[in-house]
Amino acid sequence: MIAAFITIACVLATMLAPWIAPFNPFDPTQISLWDGKLPPSWIEGGQAQYILGTDNQGRDMLSTILYGGRLSIIVGIAAVCLGMALGVILGVISGYFGGAVDAIIMRIADIQLTIPGILLAILINGIGRTLLPLEMREDFAIYVVIFAIGLTDWPQFARVTRGATLVESQKEYVQAARVIGLPRWLIIVRHILPNVMRPVLVIATIGLALAIISEATLSFLGQGIPPTTPSLGTLIRVGNEYLFSGLWWITLFPAAALVVLVFAVNLLGDWMRDALNPKLR
Amino acid sequence: MKLRKFIPFFAVALAATTSQALAENTLRWTSQGDALTLDPHSQNEGPTLATNGMMYESLVTRDSALTLQPELAVSWEPMDGNIWRFNLRQGVKFQGGEDFTAEDVAFSIERAKHEKSDFKEQIKSIVEVKIVDDHTIDFITDAINPILPNQLTSFYIMDKGWSEANNIVTPQDFAGEEETFAVRNTNGTGPFKLVSRAPDELTVLEKNPDWWGAGQFPGNIDRIEYRPIGNAATRVAALLSNEVDFILDPPLQDLKRIDAADGLKTQTTPQIRTIFFGMDQGIEELRTSNVKGANPFADVRVREAMNLAIDRKAIQRVVMEGLSFPAGMITSPGVLGSTPEQDAEIPLDVAKAQALMADAGYADGFSVQLDCPNNRYINDEKICQAAVSMLAKIGIDIKLDAIPKAQHFPKIQKRTSDFYMLGWGVPTLDSHYVFSYLLDAEGSWNAVGYNNELVNSITKGIASETDLEKRTAMIDEAWSQVRKDMPYIPIHHQVIAWGMADNVDTPMSADDALRPRFITMK
Amino acid sequence: MLSHILRRIAQSILVMAAVSLISFSLFNFVGDPVNNMVGQEATREDRVRIRQELGLDDPIFTQYTRFLGNAIQGDFGLSYRIKRPVSLLIKERLPATLELVFVSAVIALVVGIGAGVYTGIKRNGWLSKSILSTSLVGVSLPTFIIGIGLIYLFAVTLRWLPSSGRAGVVEIGWWKTSFLTVDGWRSIILPAITLSLFQLTMILRLVRAEMLEVMQADYIKFARARGLSERSINFVHALKNTLVPVITIIGLNIGGLIAFSVITETVFQWPGTGLMFIQAVDFADVPIMAAYLCFVALVFVLVNLVVDLLYVVIDPRIRMGGR
Repeated sequence: MIAAFITIACVLATMLAPWIAPFNPFDPTQISLWDGKLPPSWIEGGQAQYILGTDNQGRDMLSTILYGGRLSIIVGIAAVCLGMALGVILGVISGYFGGAVDAIIMRIADIQLTIPGILLAILINGIGRTLLPLEMREDFAIYVVIFAIGLTDWPQFARVTRGATLVESQKEYVQAARVIGLPRWLIIVRHILPNVMRPVLVIATIGLALAIISEATLSFLGQGIPPTTPSLGTLIRVGNEYLFSGLWWITLFPAAALVVLVFAVNLLGDWMRDALNPKLR
Repeated sequence: MKLRKFIPFFAVALAATTSQALAENTLRWTSQGDALTLDPHSQNEGPTLATNGMMYESLVTRDSALTLQPELAVSWEPMDGNIWRFNLRQGVKFQGGEDFTAEDVAFSIERAKHEKSDFKEQIKSIVEVKIVDDHTIDFITDAINPILPNQLTSFYIMDKGWSEANNIVTPQDFAGEEETFAVRNTNGTGPFKLVSRAPDELTVLEKNPDWWGAGQFPGNIDRIEYRPIGNAATRVAALLSNEVDFILDPPLQDLKRIDAADGLKTQTTPQIRTIFFGMDQGIEELRTSNVKGANPFADVRVREAMNLAIDRKAIQRVVMEGLSFPAGMITSPGVLGSTPEQDAEIPLDVAKAQALMADAGYADGFSVQLDCPNNRYINDEKICQAAVSMLAKIGIDIKLDAIPKAQHFPKIQKRTSDFYMLGWGVPTLDSHYVFSYLLDAEGSWNAVGYNNELVNSITKGIASETDLEKRTAMIDEAWSQVRKDMPYIPIHHQVIAWGMADNVDTPMSADDALRPRFITMK
Repeated sequence: MLSHILRRIAQSILVMAAVSLISFSLFNFVGDPVNNMVGQEATREDRVRIRQELGLDDPIFTQYTRFLGNAIQGDFGLSYRIKRPVSLLIKERLPATLELVFVSAVIALVVGIGAGVYTGIKRNGWLSKSILSTSLVGVSLPTFIIGIGLIYLFAVTLRWLPSSGRAGVVEIGWWKTSFLTVDGWRSIILPAITLSLFQLTMILRLVRAEMLEVMQADYIKFARARGLSERSINFVHALKNTLVPVITIIGLNIGGLIAFSVITETVFQWPGTGLMFIQAVDFADVPIMAAYLCFVALVFVLVNLVVDLLYVVIDPRIRMGGR
């Protein structure tokens, strides 16, 4: 419950960033360089309007973290959705049609599951970046990251969906629908998908935590979201430069935000697993 | 978590095993960006010159105080008829064993005059080379050239036979991404020779035992290991944890921390290098702007507005931690032509800037891309970021593209950038260098398309003006014109800060070049 | 059983073929290979000549088989940026990565099994509980944050250990090792710990779970009833039976270590293959990327194959069908 509360609070706070953040860190006209490198307000030298201090450019840390967290969550959710869509479609096809299609899809999923997701994401992201001309890399970085992470987490969805599809399609009402002559797609959409959704949602929540970490890692390696529209990972990378010189708040606060976010989403996933589907334990 | 268990173990284990004493003096050092190439005539860029200058030598050099000193030439004198005579050092051998003679000098001049050379402006005045004997050479210039020796300080001499044998008689075409033997191999006459070279990773040099200057200089370094570290935090951490003995460009915000650390120290000195922005005012239409059919930079009011909108004091205080001097011209104090009047900081005046923009017809502003290096100058990318928000206040919407210098410089050289950051040092300590590269209509780094008759003719005039008073007046007149036209946005003159271990002792020089022949280690 | 093994091997070959196809297509989709070889100002004739030399006008299938042939011999051409043979670059960088992975694996094993056994036996001790809860936090922390934290603590604040790079290497033939000097050991400690932490927690939890299960088993109860000493029960009987699943997991974890070495190497500027890959991506250096892709795939395929075969040997129940 607490996890759910923290997660919802995090998500709400970041999603509403444009309205609740004290400043818009992406609007250069609101930034004053003279306010750069100010410590949090409770430390000597801090200013009340910058609660968590400012970064080297004079951007309010609280606002940058809210906006950055928003981007991290959006990228995470988009990536999970992509993986989910891909996994569910392939899983249903696999489970419903069986045979050679099933064998091929499941083999690919098996193989992919043996490779750690983060490595695969780094590889796909690297290939994706390389495919783009240099000038376009920054503009398309977000989509490449979403694509890379999404492509790495589909096998779990596919497996679960396939299993559920196999079970459902053996059930009598589905057999009956088939006899009546309902079109296949209708059977899938009406009868199979709704039954698959529960376990898929559980996996999606756990996957979200991983996706957020993956995005942060890519961005930290300098392969992800560019500093012009920073995510939490980018903020940590940029702030890292100031860690040793006493400006700890520039990197510590985004890092703490990331850890809290991931921890909360993880707990939420655990909780959903217990609540929605005791069988999965 | 498990750390608690480890800490006592480490403490004991490590106290006993502090870094082992090396039998020889190895200087391990780092900076943010590697030399671009080892071809001595391909790129005229500070770190490249400094690195090559450890292996190659020029006829005339500068010591740490930047005064002229003999190197491969022992003496030089002007003669009648636009001739400079250089008497070469005898008994010098290249590291490959070849004798150093006037042939090699003539060959190197030829090579550096090649179209792909980045040093052709500096030796443009030499029209003919005459070998008098093996160790005497005459340079015949197009007109009297009083500053020729100053212009030769970063012109390195290569061996003719070695270059021919390895098919490198022309310089590497850097902008065209050419790869030649000279890029990774060297054969100079200098105090160090190359042991191994992995660009952007590790470059190892070793003392050249046969160097002519052995024993004449204080330095006692036997081996140099250079490892570039792009990330500023990692770089300073490397010094703090004793992996390197010297760091050429510690992050300014970390200087206090280095000073406070046991066994480490910092040194600072003003540098002869000015950081500025260039705006391509010479083309019909900008490549990256939403303004079509016109070039906003062509309007002097826009250029003045941009100059007025930059808060140089804020950059100095916040970005540079106080370690810079706001500039009014693109040449630093210490160079002939720099005066307090010309260098007076252009004051911040956003209201006037906005009015000028409106006057020019850009009340709503325009968009443009700013090209910026991210591993060349002190805090280069951060200065650009600061400029983006300052210029946003007069309506200029900037997309910042910060990339490594190896990709940034070709953009300027090929003149494909609308708006860029550049820094310029003046090895000759004379404004002519700045005019001939950056302000003359034909200057090879004049990527802004600035073309002013008066400046062009003065550039030509001062090349052969020997009367110091007249020369100074001419230079001043040209600078006044430049200050009126504002083809560039001067930001500041850099201050060099070096961080090093206490046992390293080195003089500092205003060109930010490491001169290992003067470095001692205890 | 033989057919099972053969099928696994066939599958592995298929995977490698697919990966090599991806690597091959990288060359063809990313930029113009000719531009990357000669620079932009080459003449038309030069370009045509180089296209022919490289065989770029041949049919795609011919090009692919040639690529495959070269790749099997370890030849991936010249790096675009460094202009040296990729196979040589990988060979130079490989010892750094392998030594790092080796040290991390040892740390993960020794500490992981040790702590796992301890927490398994002393289930309710305060130390066990704190070890378990810190390991939970450890799983939620991204690797790079752990790395930064260690650098901050041990390199910058305490100044005990180097923060980056690989100092003190000694060459034995072409293999550069960190193991022979004090400096070498000092610089490998922090990255190795960072890399091992995740696997360490996994092993810890696995060993603990197995220990708990085994301790409930009948034969342990019998052993106790027979009056054997606690020590001999714990270490001879219980641990031995725990280790079978652990050993197989370790095989798979080597893959995980190589995966995370990309991140660790970047944080610590450790000059291994992972750092080389990240740099290659920055410069669109396709030959290095392609080679790294094939290299990683090969490691995974081999590890999986070996683990699969081990399963067959250890657990006869698997022999009959797929998993």
